Amino acid sequence: MADLLQVIGLETQFKTREGIIHAVNGVSFSLKEGETLGIVGESGCGKSVSMMSLLRLIPNPPGKVVAGTALFQNQDLLSISDNDVRKVRGSKISVVFQDPMTSFNPVLTIGDQVSEPFRVHSDASKKDAMDRAVKYIDLVGIPNPRERLNDYPHQFSGGMRQRAMIAMGLICEPKILIADEPTTALDVTIQAQIVELVKRLQNELGMSIIWITHDLGIIAGLADRVNVMYGGYIVETAPVKDLYKNPQHPYTIGLLGSLPRMDSSEYRRLTSIDGLPPILLEKPNYCCFEPRCRFAVDKCRNMNPGLLQVEGEGHFAACWVNPKTGKEHA
Amino acid sequence: MMSENNILLKVDNLVKLFPIKKGSLFSRNAGYVHAVDGVSFNIYQGETLGLVGESGCGKSTTGRTILQLYPPTSGSVWFNGEDLAVLQGKKLRQKRRQLQMIFQDPYASLNPRMTVAQIIGEPMEIHKTFQGEAKLKRVRELLELVGLNPTFINRYPHEFSGGQRQRIGIARALALEPKLIVCDEPISALDVSIQAQVVNLLEDLQQKMGLTYLFIAHDLSMVRHISNRIAVMYLGKIVELADRNELYADPRHPYAQALLSAIPFPDPFIEETRKRIILEGDVPSPVNPPSGCRFRTRCRYAKEICSVEDPELKEIKPGHSVACHF
Repeated sequence: MADLLQVIGLETQFKTREGIIHAVNGVSFSLKEGETLGIVGESGCGKSVSMMSLLRLIPNPPGKVVAGTALFQNQDLLSISDNDVRKVRGSKISVVFQDPMTSFNPVLTIGDQVSEPFRVHSDASKKDAMDRAVKYIDLVGIPNPRERLNDYPHQFSGGMRQRAMIAMGLICEPKILIADEPTTALDVTIQAQIVELVKRLQNELGMSIIWITHDLGIIAGLADRVNVMYGGYIVETAPVKDLYKNPQHPYTIGLLGSLPRMDSSEYRRLTSIDGLPPILLEKPNYCCFEPRCRFAVDKCRNMNPGLLQVEGEGHFAACWVNPKTGKEHA
Repeated sequence: MMSENNILLKVDNLVKLFPIKKGSLFSRNAGYVHAVDGVSFNIYQGETLGLVGESGCGKSTTGRTILQLYPPTSGSVWFNGEDLAVLQGKKLRQKRRQLQMIFQDPYASLNPRMTVAQIIGEPMEIHKTFQGEAKLKRVRELLELVGLNPTFINRYPHEFSGGQRQRIGIARALALEPKLIVCDEPISALDVSIQAQVVNLLEDLQQKMGLTYLFIAHDLSMVRHISNRIAVMYLGKIVELADRNELYADPRHPYAQALLSAIPFPDPFIEETRKRIILEGDVPSPVNPPSGCRFRTRCRYAKEICSVEDPELKEIKPGHSVACHF
């Protein structure tokens, strides 16, 4: 399948009082049509910032995208004009944000807000836009869509708001839906509802999805391919089954080990990763996981490995060492 | 281990209602939030009892009402042969030494203007267990116990990361050598790799000091990991209580079944074939809970009896109780 989006060498920095924070340090990946890409990492690893950079949603100042290209339908999203990027954003690429409580405007009705992207991106009349909103609110499983158009966000529960958010993201039939931790603020039973909903909609509408999360559990059942991020880098990328069966980066191994397993009744002590994530005040020209790594060798302190092909098709890890043998890759 | 004389804490038909006030000057009662509505369970010496449920089900209120941070509306909490619910003033304060709490948000639960020494030392000062130099020595011991550098004693909370702050909160809870610690979602605000650090620390401390935990959380996989027994709450009531492996292998209450099936496994091979029970709709409001069984509005098996009669929590086999008519 063809690449729908191709990102090369994305770098984003933020100016702060303490100095420049190197939030994203050269991220490259591609997204195929109809594919679901999972981006996993802990807070501050750059997963949201890299996606917001693509859409030019990083406020400047303090933030700045300093390098990189993002090819989407023969345009480089990072170099086209603001006007052109506005035509893509919300119509061809849309975002569902994490917090359904704060991402709606409390003084506008749900109908107004869900139909807004369609009104902006087409010359449809208000009535047509509202009809379309009804269709999409119905599609995401909210009962009585016509009556609920005039409700305000506070009249919706958290799960319903997130559904309305998804309806808003889908109303222009985007090619790519970026879901930025859309279920983190929700309870598990509601989370399961939303995940099922997104899977169903992807089947029906055939868009690509980028799902950002810190939850390795959710991504296991959702994604085709997973990027693991740490310290502003992609440290491992693999098809989802390869990643869980045969993790190759010590950070991925650590993350999987720190999750309790539900499928065995035996007690197993969790393997925690000691230490703390890096602060990123300088662009690391070494492996930034090295201070927390069990396998670190001298080379790790001097040179950043970059993504190296490891066993398995399309499986890359940014590590000098083969964690199975504890020795450097040949 | 589970016998009558091993019971450390016995909660008996605990009820907590919060009044809803309307109007400002001549305020009148407009109803009650039924936060905890008749909860009974035992906690045995040295065990970890997990309390799970979704937001608003009353699990945190249960924890706080046990410690008498909220005065219970009715019911009793027996601890060492005394009912905490009727104790007041000095007597209650003395009992509370043995019952401590670890809070969810490590950013909000530490006073930003106090140093680590003051934060951890405060309980000792209030209860006059250690003072002066002895207190500082004890603070350093506690810091070491929770895996922090004892030289951090004069730092302020903002100088620490989330995981480190949670360790300070744990050290404060340990300062009076309590018997029971109520852990109210102690890891929900932390990153995955840090969660494992804190859970391992809690387990080590339990071994070392013979602590008993009431572990409140919504993350069922972590609760299963740390608990011996687990109680599942829904809208202010316990719907199922069982040994941890028993509950996960054979959940009987339809809500517990749905809750367990909703947890994502970090394993794509299992996820591929797993069938989920997707619950319809949302949790009803605790101001006006459904009549009879509270889960009936979302239950697949609901029959007429469910709307008339509230099912009691009944033991169906030793150590496994369920509140369901079927």
